[in-house]
Amino acid sequence: MPPVLALEGVSKSFGAVAALRDVRLELRAGEAHALVGENGAGKSTLVKILAGVHAPDSGKVLLDGAAVTFGGPAEARAAGIAVIYQEPTLFPDLSVAENIFMGRQPLRRGRRIDSAATRTRAAELFTRLGVRIDPDRPARGLSIADQQLVEIAKALSANARVLVMDEPTAALSGVEVERLFAVARSLRDEGAAVLFISHRFDEVFDLCQRITVMRDGRWISTDDAADVTVDTVIRTMVGRELSTLYPKVAAEPGDTRLEVRGLTRWGYFDDVTFDVRGGEIVALAGLVGAGRSEVVRAVFGIDRPDAGEVRVEGRRLPLGDTPAAIAAGLALVPEDRRQQGLVMELSVERNATLPRRWALAKAGLLVGGAERRSAATWAERLQVKAGHPTDPVSTLSGGNQQKVVLAKWLSTQPRVLIVDEPTRGIDVGTKAEVHRLLSELAANGVAVLMVSSELPEVLGMADRVLVMHEGRLVADIARAEADEESVMFAATGQKEEA
Amino acid sequence: MTATATPVAPRTNGASIAHRLFVVRELGIALALVLLIGVTFAVNTRFLNAQNVKDLLLGSSILAILAVGQAIVIITRNVDLSVGSILGLAAFATGAMFQSSPNLPIPVAIIIGMALGALCGAVNGGLIAAARVPALVVTLGTLYVFRGVDYTWATGRQINAADMPASFLHMGTTTVLGVPVLALFAVVVLAGAGIFLRSYRSGRELYAIGSDPDAARLYGIPVGRRVFWAFVASGALAGLAGVLHAARFGTIDANAGLGSELNVVAAVVVGGVAIFGGSGSVYGAALGAVLLTTIGSALPVLGINPFWQRAAVGVLILAAIGLDRSLAVRMARRLRGGSARGA
Amino acid sequence: MAPETVIDLAAQPRTSRQRPPWLRTFASWETTVVLALVLVILIGSATIDGVGDPRFYRFVILEAIPIALIALPMTLIVITGEIDLSVASTVGLTCSAMGALWQAGVTSLPLLILVSLVLGAVLGAVNGVFVTVFGLPSLAVTIGTLALYRGLAFVVLGDKAVADYPVSWTTNMIAPIPGTVVPWFVLVVAVLALLFGVLLHATPIGRALYAIGNNAEAAAYSGIAVLRTKFWLFVATGAVSALAGVFWTFRFASARADNADGLELSVVAAVLLGGVSIFGGRGALLGVIAAVALLGTLRNALQLADVPANALTIVTGTLLILSVVGPNLVRTVRERLRRRQPTPPMERTQR
Repeated sequence: MPPVLALEGVSKSFGAVAALRDVRLELRAGEAHALVGENGAGKSTLVKILAGVHAPDSGKVLLDGAAVTFGGPAEARAAGIAVIYQEPTLFPDLSVAENIFMGRQPLRRGRRIDSAATRTRAAELFTRLGVRIDPDRPARGLSIADQQLVEIAKALSANARVLVMDEPTAALSGVEVERLFAVARSLRDEGAAVLFISHRFDEVFDLCQRITVMRDGRWISTDDAADVTVDTVIRTMVGRELSTLYPKVAAEPGDTRLEVRGLTRWGYFDDVTFDVRGGEIVALAGLVGAGRSEVVRAVFGIDRPDAGEVRVEGRRLPLGDTPAAIAAGLALVPEDRRQQGLVMELSVERNATLPRRWALAKAGLLVGGAERRSAATWAERLQVKAGHPTDPVSTLSGGNQQKVVLAKWLSTQPRVLIVDEPTRGIDVGTKAEVHRLLSELAANGVAVLMVSSELPEVLGMADRVLVMHEGRLVADIARAEADEESVMFAATGQKEEA
Repeated sequence: MTATATPVAPRTNGASIAHRLFVVRELGIALALVLLIGVTFAVNTRFLNAQNVKDLLLGSSILAILAVGQAIVIITRNVDLSVGSILGLAAFATGAMFQSSPNLPIPVAIIIGMALGALCGAVNGGLIAAARVPALVVTLGTLYVFRGVDYTWATGRQINAADMPASFLHMGTTTVLGVPVLALFAVVVLAGAGIFLRSYRSGRELYAIGSDPDAARLYGIPVGRRVFWAFVASGALAGLAGVLHAARFGTIDANAGLGSELNVVAAVVVGGVAIFGGSGSVYGAALGAVLLTTIGSALPVLGINPFWQRAAVGVLILAAIGLDRSLAVRMARRLRGGSARGA
Repeated sequence: MAPETVIDLAAQPRTSRQRPPWLRTFASWETTVVLALVLVILIGSATIDGVGDPRFYRFVILEAIPIALIALPMTLIVITGEIDLSVASTVGLTCSAMGALWQAGVTSLPLLILVSLVLGAVLGAVNGVFVTVFGLPSLAVTIGTLALYRGLAFVVLGDKAVADYPVSWTTNMIAPIPGTVVPWFVLVVAVLALLFGVLLHATPIGRALYAIGNNAEAAAYSGIAVLRTKFWLFVATGAVSALAGVFWTFRFASARADNADGLELSVVAAVLLGGVSIFGGRGALLGVIAAVALLGTLRNALQLADVPANALTIVTGTLLILSVVGPNLVRTVRERLRRRQPTPPMERTQR
């Protein structure tokens, strides 16, 4: 029997950038298949090809052994392929029930939508999933977990033969993950093919029979889950030994640089208090959605907290005032490089000098190439590979983009550097460079606060690990005591003896 | 908008909040309208005599038809600034047609007017969907182009009542059971658009597109095609409005409908359609049109200098979007709270 | 009009240097508009009687001054991704206020001008508060204040015209620079154009405007006070519109509530034709000034060629549509060509 869905020799480029090269994949009925690889390995592009969003430049998509060309996502869906994206794609203004059945609403006479049936069937789906979401409420304001569940209900409603899940568990709690897996297992046992993309290896081994590893847009291996271990998979993924990635040199912590006291933003985080000293790298760990990014955003003045105070070198910052925070010596390398870190359409040069534009001006005028020189200096120091400083930053690779963000902030000579997921979606080589850089900065006395979801990064880099769970700071673990177990224990909200 | 019992006990009261707010929004305009009429009536009972009511309905019908078309476009997160020019073009075309063939049946005239409008709408929609350029710029351009075509065609001529058949002009002012025929047109258009947007898959897809165009594309909704037809619909309705304009006023030069585009957008916004798409209804838009028209005729009755009319409209627009904003913020807060508790 | 004053500022290299220079020149929409302007003037002078005449340009300039004035701050607003449709109503309300003040016995010209400018700034600030403090979309807000300000203009002055200003004021306003036919007020426009040009293209504020227009979130993360910046742009737009109102009143020797009715769309058309993206983040002041000149020249030249004035709107509209469709087509064609080239060595990316 041919696989339900397969890719053969698929390549895909965007402009000059090749995202996939000669990739193969076989999804069999009744089997859960894991796809692992580092961020930027091409997994999301692969998912979009399966979903009919992108057409491959070359190679074949085989449905039941026959080559198919999807004209668009609607055709892929009609062929029985349901995709749950990393970030849910609901229509915020429409009701949950409508979101589930968009384009497939039950009809009554005259091809009119039967809204009662739509609602009932949505409710049935939620009953089957064992969750209680009101089908009539708008999708706007649903938590990520609930949005994910709506996406799953969508897939269920379509009687999908292939279920593709792109990191669906990243934002889910343990119970929610269990519920999701129960659904995936029952679909699998009913004969559906499941493609599961995740960074959590326990889940991968828990759910999947086979594991495909991708690296740098290429297919590397496909093995039976029984034949491999977490270690071998990671080694295949990364393509080198892990330890070299984290060159943290011990540094003597200096004076307290950043003090956060009782910081609260209702509905996001509550009463967060911590210090970061010069020369120290402090990691802020926790599950996605625990409120870590929200905390650093509030510290940096992007969001205005409802209570609490932030001091830099003893001086109290006005809340919700980013320019003041920058003037006081704070810098934030944000989580979402493309949306928050860079203005993608502007040039490398403009991006790299944006926070320093006033300092570079003479008598209020930016003339005489001051920006160019500053950008060139920092681009060289961080070894940014760009065609030309006036090229839009969007033309750079992810790793080089991240270097531009770092250059942008290092040029302000910050006293406190906050980095939010500093190595997300960049290649291994650049990752090591970023780690070395952070380590050097700390050695030079900069206070570094690092939000990271990658445990090895947290454990390898941090002098101290702060752990958040559901908006509260629940643990402060010294480097010596920090291991995978203690951090995950705190992050999942489990208490000893509880 | 009836609230139906849900089979599963709702985890949050989000839906009822959402529903209530939605109903509140449209009831709000209706209430404002009733209040305005009530107060004006109390000041001068003649405000609601047959003639005045008829004038009110006549006055708001054409604006309401334009507002329905505009609402369809705005719901998809676009805008059509060319409706005034399309109205002018269709009105002049109607007059010119009757001039050259006085025996033209009225339904044929209406169909031709709408087809002309639809053609203009297709130009807008084609440019926006195929060339992927912003609607605001394209329809600002066609606002000038269609008006220019109108001017060129008219070359300063004016078409008078004498040039058009009496039966046609009669349609513009006559009533059936006390309701002006023009208002009947508006009601039919409103009901048709309302049912389409609420009960047909492609209608719902218009909301999905306006709610999140990227998600709509990712979901496989044919965004370009839907937006194209939204503009064709808006154009056709503007064409219809042009024909009715000709019937009502009997005198047409190339300036018919000049500058009405922003009025139409104002009516839609007052009616609770979000300017960035995804929510609102044609009923609200039509109510907005009636409200704007009523203000105009109520002010003199209330003894307020009619010069205040435009200022009042401005305040109303600002109040409407301010209200929408605060409702949205409050709803978001309540939904967020409810969701967090349930998790 | 003095476009040359801003050429140096606007023509900074914004495109890749790898392209051959001739392609870069053509790739810039601003240059295209300037070329079109030159072409219209050349062809017009050669074929239409009167287009070469100095009085022709004097008339074109007088007509273009209000649009040029308002287009300056409007360019900045559109570059930040907002829009202000209330500008023409601000002109109207300023005219009304000046008329009412004059009738009430205020006869000091500096005072009249000062009050007008302050009024304009206040009206702009109202827009700014709605947009930045209440977070409402500027398109809707300024459609509202378009109606509101025009309504207030009628409330202030009714439908009468105040036209009994001293003749010296009205003739002075359109007086030429001695020895030329060019109205002196052009110098005011030129100074303002220079100011706005420098602000947009050579100051930290200008950098912030482009960043805001491209991605307001990333701008905020870079320490740019997005809302405060937008607020002051609305204030500036109000004040400059008021200045246009002062000019309008004395140029036509008439303060009326319906002065400049509908001018907002002409201004927006000029800004967009000048190559400013309606989505914000792209555009240069030179292009906008050239577009104002192009539209004015074309209109008047065709009028002299006996093309009926009203039909000229077809030209305006077509140019406007071309301004967005043209660059898009060029981009599409360029992408097609690039796709045909062999794929360069693999580069890593994050999709």
